[in-house]
Parts: sequence; C-alpha cells; structure tokens
Amino acid sequence: MTAHLPALQVVVPLVAALLCALLRRSALAWGLTLAASWATAAMAALLLLRVLAEGTISYHIGSWEPPWGIEYRIDVLNGLVLLLVAAVGAAIAPYARRSVAAEIAEEKQVWFYTMYLLCLTGLLGIVITGDAFNVFVFMEISSLATYVLIALGRDRRALLSAYQYLIMGTIGATFYVIGIGFLYTMTGTLNIADMAARIGEVQSTRTVLAGTAFLTVGICLKLALFPLHVWLPNAYAYAPSVATAFLAATATKVAIYLLIRIYFSIFGAAFAFEALPITEVFVVLSLAAILGASTVAAFQRNVKRMLAYSSVGQIGYITLGIGLASQLGLTGGIVHIVNHALMKGALFLAMGAVAYRIGSVRLDDMAGIGRRMPLTMASFVVAGLSLIGSPGTVGFVSKWYLALAALERGWWWLVAAILLGSVIALVYIGRVVEAAYFRAPAAAAATATEAPLSLLVPTWVLTAACVWFGIDTELTVGIAARAAAFLLGAGP
Amino acid sequence: MPALDVVIAHFNHWITVVLMVAGLYVVVARGNMVKKLVGLGVFQTSVYLLYISPGKIFGGTAPIIDPRFTVYSNPLPHVLILTAIVVGVATLALGLALVVRINEAYGSIEEDEIFGKPDEDGDGGGESSGVGSR
Repeated sequence: MTAHLPALQVVVPLVAALLCALLRRSALAWGLTLAASWATAAMAALLLLRVLAEGTISYHIGSWEPPWGIEYRIDVLNGLVLLLVAAVGAAIAPYARRSVAAEIAEEKQVWFYTMYLLCLTGLLGIVITGDAFNVFVFMEISSLATYVLIALGRDRRALLSAYQYLIMGTIGATFYVIGIGFLYTMTGTLNIADMAARIGEVQSTRTVLAGTAFLTVGICLKLALFPLHVWLPNAYAYAPSVATAFLAATATKVAIYLLIRIYFSIFGAAFAFEALPITEVFVVLSLAAILGASTVAAFQRNVKRMLAYSSVGQIGYITLGIGLASQLGLTGGIVHIVNHALMKGALFLAMGAVAYRIGSVRLDDMAGIGRRMPLTMASFVVAGLSLIGSPGTVGFVSKWYLALAALERGWWWLVAAILLGSVIALVYIGRVVEAAYFRAPAAAAATATEAPLSLLVPTWVLTAACVWFGIDTELTVGIAARAAAFLLGAGP
Repeated sequence: MPALDVVIAHFNHWITVVLMVAGLYVVVARGNMVKKLVGLGVFQTSVYLLYISPGKIFGGTAPIIDPRFTVYSNPLPHVLILTAIVVGVATLALGLALVVRINEAYGSIEEDEIFGKPDEDGDGGGESSGVGSR
C-alpha cells in the first residue's frame, strides 16, 4: 500500500471528484471532499517524511520504466510543496460547507466541490510528476477547474474574470507546451531527469534558447509575475471566498514550483543564471511587483482586490529569491512559497468570514467590524502583521533570508527595496485595520455577529501556523535550505 | 535560389509560425469574445503541427514492428497531441459556455460595450480588467 502512495496522492482526489459529481447532494459531496482532502494531506505528510528519511522517491506509473513510462518523482522540494498544497486544501475543506452554502446556489454546490477536488488533483499532479508533458495535462486539469470555480462567484463580473483568465491561462499553458516541444525535439525525451541529463550537449542551440523563452513566459503568466499578472486581481476579487483562499494559497505557488524545477533541475543554475540574463530580468520585474503592485493595493476599496494585488507583490519576493539564485536567496524564495500560502490563506479566509456575515468585503461596509467580529479581525491583524513582515511571524523569516541574500551580493539598494515593500504593506493592512477598529460602525457591520466556529477554526489554524513557523523555523527553513542545496547541486 | 530552398525545406515550420502568430493576433486584436476563442483555437492548432511534423521520418513507415521495415515514424508526438486536442476541445467548450453566460448577464459579447459601462459600486473591476485582454 505505502509503495503506491505517490499514485494514490493524485488518484484519491480525482476519484472523489467524480463521485462528488455523481452524488448530487451537496452535504454528501462536502463530506466526501473533506475526507478526500484530509486523506490527501495525510499521504503528502507520509511522503515527505519518507523523502526526508530515505531520499528521492521514484514511482513508475503502470510499472513502465522511465524514460518510456511516466515517472512520479518526489524529492525534498516537491515533497514540501506537495504537503503545502494538500495541507491548505485540508484546512480549507471544513470551512467550505457554510461559506459555499451562503455564496453559491444549492443546485451548483455539488459542482463547486467537484471542481475544488479536480483543481486539487491537477495541482498535486503538477507537483508530483516527473514528466514534462504530464505537467501540461495536470496544468490544464487544474486550470479548467479553476475557471469554473471563479465563474461560480456571485457577482456577474466573476464571469468576465473567468473568461479573461481562460484566455490568458490558455496562452500561458500553450506557451509551456511550445517550450516543451522545442526541448523534446532537441533531447528526444519528456522525462525531466532524463532531459536534464541530455540537455548539456544542445544547451546553447537556438532551439533550446527559444524553448527557454517560451517556458519562462508561459509559466510566468501562470504564476502572475508582474507585468503578466493582469488576470489575477479580478479573478481573486470575484471568485467565491473559498475558491479565492484556496487559489491564492496554492495555484500560483505550484506555478512557481514549476519554474524552479525547470530552471534548476532541467537547465541547471549554471546555464540559466550565468549564460542567460535571468537574474537581471527577475530582479527588475520582482522589484516592480513588490513596489508597484503593492502600491496599487494600497488604493483598493475592495479588500479582496487589495489582497489580490498584494499577492502579486508577494510573488515578487519569491521570484526575487529565485532570481538571486544563491543558497540564501533560494532558501528565502522557497520558504516564502510556504509562508505566503499560510498568510494569504488566513487573510482570505478571514475575509470570507466577513463576507459570510455582512455580505461584502468593501472597506466602507467593513467600518467598525473589529468590535463586532473580534476573533475574525484579530486573525486578519495577525496574518496582516505577517504580510508586513514583523518579527515573530513567518513574513519576517522569509524577508530576513532574502535580505541576507541581497547583502551577500552587496546590493544594499535591494535590501532597502525589500523594506520599502514592507512599509507599503503596512499602509494597506493599516487601512483595513483603521476601517475595522477606528471608524463608527457602518450599517452592514452594526448588526453583525462573530463568525461561526466552522469558519473561525480553519482561519485560526492558518493564522496560528503563521506565528508558529515564524518562531519555530526548524521545519520550514530547514527543509527549504535542504531543497535549495539540492537544487544548486550541493546537497544530497 | 538558396533562399527559396530554405523556405520549401521548412515548409511545415512556416505554416506553424503563420498559424501561431495569426491566432495570437486574433486573440489580442479582436473585441468579440467568440472571435477571441476562435483565435485561441488557431493558436493551439499551430502547436499540434509543431509537435506532429518532426515525428514524420522520410521513408519511415507506421510504427508497427515487422521484419521488412527498419525505419519507423515516431508515434509519441501523435499520442501527446491527441491529449492536447482533447484539452483544446475542453477549453473551447468551457470558453463558449462562459460567453453564453456573459451574454445572459450583460446582453453583449463585445468587450468594448461591456467594459464601456462598469458596474456601479466603484471597485474599478470592470474598467481595469479590460487592460488584460488588449
């Protein structure tokens, strides 16, 4: 049984999604979603423990030997991302029942759970597989499910956002296939490990360079790197609360994982960062995201849109870490993948609880909400502090490593920019805090009561994780450092 | 005429590039949501050609093992593209379904008309979202 965990990791949510569609009863579908997502998280935890103890796991689908068959390959990096995606999915599942019931029509709820599980399947599949074309298939499974999840939002603009994401997401995925096609014609293999072994001879050909460009642009569309982020703010703002929290915490993170995998595992750090100007491109674009998108966030009146723009800024920190491509920078980038998922998950869940009670997340409607929903807003404040990067929270840990990586290169101005990004985060989080705690209650907020436990507990689980991993960094930073060493070819 | 030889020798690639750029141009330049999806379809189709054409080997036969033949065409690109076609069909179907719903909600599928009158609550969602698709 345990030998087949890698396959079950993907098969369990996939089969559960199909069963959900057949059940036709929203309560049953939710129960199944809960069971499947918790089972998935347990399996991901077991896999990560095994990887940490025994090293890389290679699983051959249908016992076909790689490179002919599809290989699932789990090392320290994707073990960590796998656990992150599965754990966030498991934490959000109990929250989904009430929030979905409030935001989505009864007859569509079953489809929500089906799409949620399909999206989870796709994301886990991208992370676990060791086959470049298989990544594309899973990418489309998760993307198509995502478009439907977004379109299920209450506002009619959710439909437009889903359509725009569909156009841009498909262009991104097609660019990815074009890139893989170029690499395939040059190396004759689709297995990532095999490709890495064969690419050395053809690395400097124009075909491979063009393939690299297509892969970079395609994946950056998916991970919403500035200026390819335009699909993200509306998609997050108008999707149902549960979908927003889940996507913000996982979808872009998986795309970032894929980028790391392609740069470091296929091309190798030496080629990607010394022969090509990827460091320069990424540092500039990341800075534009950290400063530009965060500034736009500060002017938003809808808090979900504000947090969405903030996500674009925070993704900038992760790509900054990738661009620096040193042990410290990569550690900071990888650990920020985890940390940002935790804090954005907590923030969007808190906003989902507010939407559940007052039916709006606009700043004007949220005036005075802090006294009415103290626990929900306390969670927002703690996770918000983490976003700013105050010591004792996860945000501080990742920014610390990024700043160290910048200092290592002697780039003082970069440290200043990282700090400036934190100041801008302080502004927009401060605007929400000001509205929630220091203004006279608005009509909508005056009669609100604290959110029910089933919404509060998942929110606080993620919030507590923000503090826990901000103080005890053994697990996250330890694994991220191992993953960074592994990617740079130094570690085991 | 060496230049002409280059063109003819890479005939398949020229077609691929023309389809790819034409499809992407339609996606960017058209405001009609159905036309955008048609452009997206053309763009995706060019990738099918990109994969399939290197799989053909001159003088190769269908990949069925037989002692009389030694050279076979590569069957793997066909299998990959079969998957990609399914994905393309699913994307197109979902895209058209969304356009139907947008038409029901807005009474139009022209981006100019939809983004011309943003929703009144002042989030700015309607207006700024138009930028993404241009």
